[in-house]
Amino acid sequence: MIAQLAVEIPYWGQSLLRVVGGLVAVLLPAGTIVYLFLFKMMSFMQSRLGPMEAGPFGSMQLFAEVGKWLQKEDIVPENADARIYKIAPIIVLVSTFLLVVVIPFGPDAWFTNFSAGVFYALAIGSVSVIGILVAGWSSANKYSLLGGLRAAGQLIAYELPMVLAVVGVVIQAGSMNLQDIVMAQNTGEIFGWSGIGFPFVLTQFVGFLIFMIAVQAELTQAPFDMPIAESELVSGYMTEYSGFRFLMFFIGEFATAGVFALIASVLFLGGWGIPFSWFGWETIDQVDNWMNIAGPLIMFTKMMVLTGIIMWVRFSYPRFREDQLQRFAWKVLIPLSLANIAVTAIVKVVV
Amino acid sequence: MTMLSERQQLSYIASQAADARLNVELETEGMTLNIGPQHPATHGTLRIIARLDGEQVIWAEPSAGYMHRGYEKLTEVRTFPQVTSLINRIDWLGSFANEVPFILAAEKLMEIEAPPRAQHIRTILFELSRIANVGLFLGDLGVQMGAITPVFLAFRDREYVLNLIEGATGGRFHPNFDRIGGLKDDLPQGWIDETRQVMKKLRGFCDEIEDLLFGNEIFQSRTRGIGVIPADVARQYGLSGANLRASGVDWDLRRDQSLPMAWDKVDFKVWTHPDGDSWARCWVRLQEVRESTKIVDQLLDTMPAGPVMAKVPRIIKVPEGEAWVSTENPLGEMGYYVVSKGDLGPFRVKIRSASFNNISITPWVLKGVYVPDIITILASLYFILGDIDR
Amino acid sequence: MSESTDTGAEPTALASDTLRESIVDALREAIGDDLLESHLIPNDDLWIRVAVSAWRRTGEALREQGFDYFCFLSAIDWLPSPFGRGEDDPSAEPDEAETESKEMTQGYAGGATRFQMFARVTDLRRHVGVTLKADVDESMVVESWIPVYAGANWHERETHEMFGIGFAGHPDLRNMYLPGDFEGYPMRKDFPLLARMVKPWPGIVDVEPMPVDDDGEEAEAS
Repeated sequence: MIAQLAVEIPYWGQSLLRVVGGLVAVLLPAGTIVYLFLFKMMSFMQSRLGPMEAGPFGSMQLFAEVGKWLQKEDIVPENADARIYKIAPIIVLVSTFLLVVVIPFGPDAWFTNFSAGVFYALAIGSVSVIGILVAGWSSANKYSLLGGLRAAGQLIAYELPMVLAVVGVVIQAGSMNLQDIVMAQNTGEIFGWSGIGFPFVLTQFVGFLIFMIAVQAELTQAPFDMPIAESELVSGYMTEYSGFRFLMFFIGEFATAGVFALIASVLFLGGWGIPFSWFGWETIDQVDNWMNIAGPLIMFTKMMVLTGIIMWVRFSYPRFREDQLQRFAWKVLIPLSLANIAVTAIVKVVV
Repeated sequence: MTMLSERQQLSYIASQAADARLNVELETEGMTLNIGPQHPATHGTLRIIARLDGEQVIWAEPSAGYMHRGYEKLTEVRTFPQVTSLINRIDWLGSFANEVPFILAAEKLMEIEAPPRAQHIRTILFELSRIANVGLFLGDLGVQMGAITPVFLAFRDREYVLNLIEGATGGRFHPNFDRIGGLKDDLPQGWIDETRQVMKKLRGFCDEIEDLLFGNEIFQSRTRGIGVIPADVARQYGLSGANLRASGVDWDLRRDQSLPMAWDKVDFKVWTHPDGDSWARCWVRLQEVRESTKIVDQLLDTMPAGPVMAKVPRIIKVPEGEAWVSTENPLGEMGYYVVSKGDLGPFRVKIRSASFNNISITPWVLKGVYVPDIITILASLYFILGDIDR
Repeated sequence: MSESTDTGAEPTALASDTLRESIVDALREAIGDDLLESHLIPNDDLWIRVAVSAWRRTGEALREQGFDYFCFLSAIDWLPSPFGRGEDDPSAEPDEAETESKEMTQGYAGGATRFQMFARVTDLRRHVGVTLKADVDESMVVESWIPVYAGANWHERETHEMFGIGFAGHPDLRNMYLPGDFEGYPMRKDFPLLARMVKPWPGIVDVEPMPVDDDGEEAEAS
C-alpha cells in the first residue's frame, strides 16, 4: 500500500508500518476519547473543570495516568486462578486489535481486505466476552463473579441485535466486504441525486439505532453497565485488577468504543470517503492517492462524533437492572431488527 | 454484676449462635454477599449481609454499629450547653436540625420560651438544613442508580445553602448555633436578601433534577413498584418522615403538633403518595424540598424584630423533670427524651433517631428482591450512618 | 418534682386534658390493677407506669386503642453515677460541699427499681403520644414487644446490649452495635466512661497561678 506513495519500502518495513499503524489505530482513538470525552466533556456536563494540572488544560493527564498504573504493584489474589487471571485482560485487548485489522481507512490504507469482513468483525467482537467472564470468575471475589455473570448474559444477549442490524446493511450493499460497503455508500445516489452519496444511515436508520444501542451494551456502558455497576459491585469483573492489568482493561474499554464507532461509521456513515461525485470518481481505482492520508482523518472525525454520542448517553442515564436489560434485548431489539431486515429485503427486491 | 439468670444465659447463647450463623461463609445453598462496610453505595459504614440465590435475595440483614460513638453515654458527662455541640454530629448533613429538639426539651423543662425572632430564625435554619440534606439525597439518588451527573449538580447547589448557613452561624456543617433560650447571634446584614435569591435557585435545581432524573424512563422503571411498604407496616416499625408519607400516611410533625417554632405561622402543604414504593419516597422528598423553599420565603417575609435570646442565667441548671420533644427532621422524626435531675447536665438522654427505625425495616422489605434493588430501596429509604449508629 | 396524679383529680387549676385522661381511663379498663401510676401534664404529655408482668398486654391494649405508631423503646438506669461527671481535676482534693446526693430517685410516674423500661407510642389520628414505663425486677427479663410492634426488634436488641435486660420471646437477641464478645453493659451507670478515666477532662479550669507583672506584683486573680 505504501508503494502508492512512490516510496520503495522493503517488506519488513511495510510490516513494521502496519504494526505501528495498528497500534496507532487502536490507541490513538482510545486516548483521545478518554481525554476529550471522559475527562473534559463529562466534567463540563457536571459543571466542573476536570483535570487541569497535567499539561495545558490537563492534556497530559492520560500519560500521567498511564505512568501511574504502570508503576503499581502486580497483585494476584491468593485464591485466584493465577494463569487465567493473568490471561483475561490480554484476551480482551487482543480482541480489539484483531477487530481493527479489518477496518478500511482509505482506498489502499487497509490491513486486510477479507471478502467476508463483516462476518469476521462480528465474530471477533464476541471474543471479549470470554475475557470478561473469565476475569470475573478467576478473581476469587464474589463481586467479580456477579459482575462476570451479568456481563456474560448481557453481552451474549446484545450480540444478536448487533448482528441483525448489520444484516440490513449487507443486504443493501450487496456485499460483506467492508471496502465494498464504503464504495457503495460513496458512489450511491438517492433517487438520482448524488450530492451526498448514499450513507446507509438514511435508509437503515432503525438499524443504525439498534446497532448503537447494541454497541453501548457491548461496551458495558451506562445505561447497560450492570456488570460494572459502580455503586453496587465496586468495579464488577475488574475489581481485583490493579496496575498494568487494569490499564489493559481500561484501554480495552475505550479502544473498543473507538473501534466499534469506526465500524459503525464504515457501515452507516460512509466510512473513509466523502461523496465521490464531488470528485467524479466511479470505481475504487479512480480514487486519488491523497485519499490515503485524508481517509484516516475522515474516519477519525466520524468516530469522534459517534463516540461522543456514546459517552454522552453514558453520563446521562441511570442504569438498567439486569432483567430489564435482558427483556429489552430479547423482546424489543431483536423483533425490531428482524422487522428491519424484512423491510430492507422487500424494498431491495421491489425497488 | 449479678449472676446471670437462666433466661439471660439462654439469650446470651442464642446471641452467640446467631453471630456464628452470620459468619459462616461456606454455604451450600445460595451465596452470602457482604455489601459494605466499605462500599460506594452505602452512605457511610453500613454493612448488609445478603444471602443470594443467583441475583435474588433470600434474606438480607443490615449490620449497623460501625460508627457507634456512644452519644447517650457521652451526654451524661456533659453540661446542657455542651451537649449541643455533640448532637450536631448525629445527622451531619442536616446539622442544625439535630440541635433543635434537644434545646426545645431543655427549654420545656426550664419553662422558658425563646423570643419570637429566635423562633423564626430557628425555623428558617431548620428548613435550610432540610433543603441541604434532602437536596443531596436527590443527587445521590442518581448515583445509586448509575446516573453520575445529578450528584454534581446537587453538590453545587448545596453549596449555596451551606454558604447561607455559614453566613448566619459560622459553620457549614456543624453550626452549633442553638442555645437554651434562643440563638447565639442575630443574622448578618444582607442575609435575608441572599436567602431569597438562593431559594429561587433551588427551585430551579428541583426542576432540573425532576427533568433529568425523575422524568427518565429508566429511573422510573428502576423505582416504581420496588420495595413497597404498606402503611400499617410502616407505622409498626416507626418509619417516619417522607418514608411514612410515601406510604399514604398523612403525618407531619410540623403541622400536627404545636411547638414553640414558627411553623404554625406559615402555610405549607404536606405531600403524601399512596403507593409506598421507592418512587413514591423519592418523589415526596422532591416535593418537600420545593415546599421548604416556599416556607423559607414566607418566613423571611414575616420576620419579627426583637431580641434573639431570652433571659437565662449564665450557668444553666435545668430543673428536675423529664421531657420528650420530637421534630420533623430531614430524615424523619427525631426526638430527645431528656431526664434531668436539676444538675448542670442531663441525667439520661435517649436519642430517638429517624434512620434507626427507617433501616430496621430492611430485613422485612428486602426479601425476594434483586441485588440492584437492594441499593434502590436503601437509597430511597435514605439514611445517614450517624443517625443509625449515634 | 415527680408528682403522681390520680386520674380525674388535678392538684392545680390548670386546664383539664380530657383526651389524655380518657386514654388513662381506657387503659385502666384494659389492664386493671396493673396500671400503677400515671403522670399527666395537661395539654403536654402523659406518662404511665405499669407492672412489668403486663408490659406486653399494655402494648396490645394501647395498639387497640389506636396507638399503632411505634416511636421507641429503651431503658433508664436510675442509679446516680458513682463516677460523677469527670470534670474535676483529679489531682485536686474533692470538694466536700459539692458531693451530689447519692440517693436513687425515679422520675415521673414513680418506680421502685434501679432499671426501668420506657417506651413511647403515638396515635397518629388523635395526635397524642404516651410514654410507658415499667420497673424491671431482679430477673432482668421483660416480655418482648415484637408481637405487638414489629419495630421493637432493633430497639430491644439495643436495650439488651446497653443495659443487660433480657427480652423473652425475642427471636434474635444479638448485639446491635457492639462486637459479639463485648463484656459489660455500657449504658449502666456503674460502667465507667473510659475516656474520662483515662484522660482528665481537658476543660478543667487552669490551676496555674496568674502571671507576675513587671513590678513584681501578682496580677489580680480574676
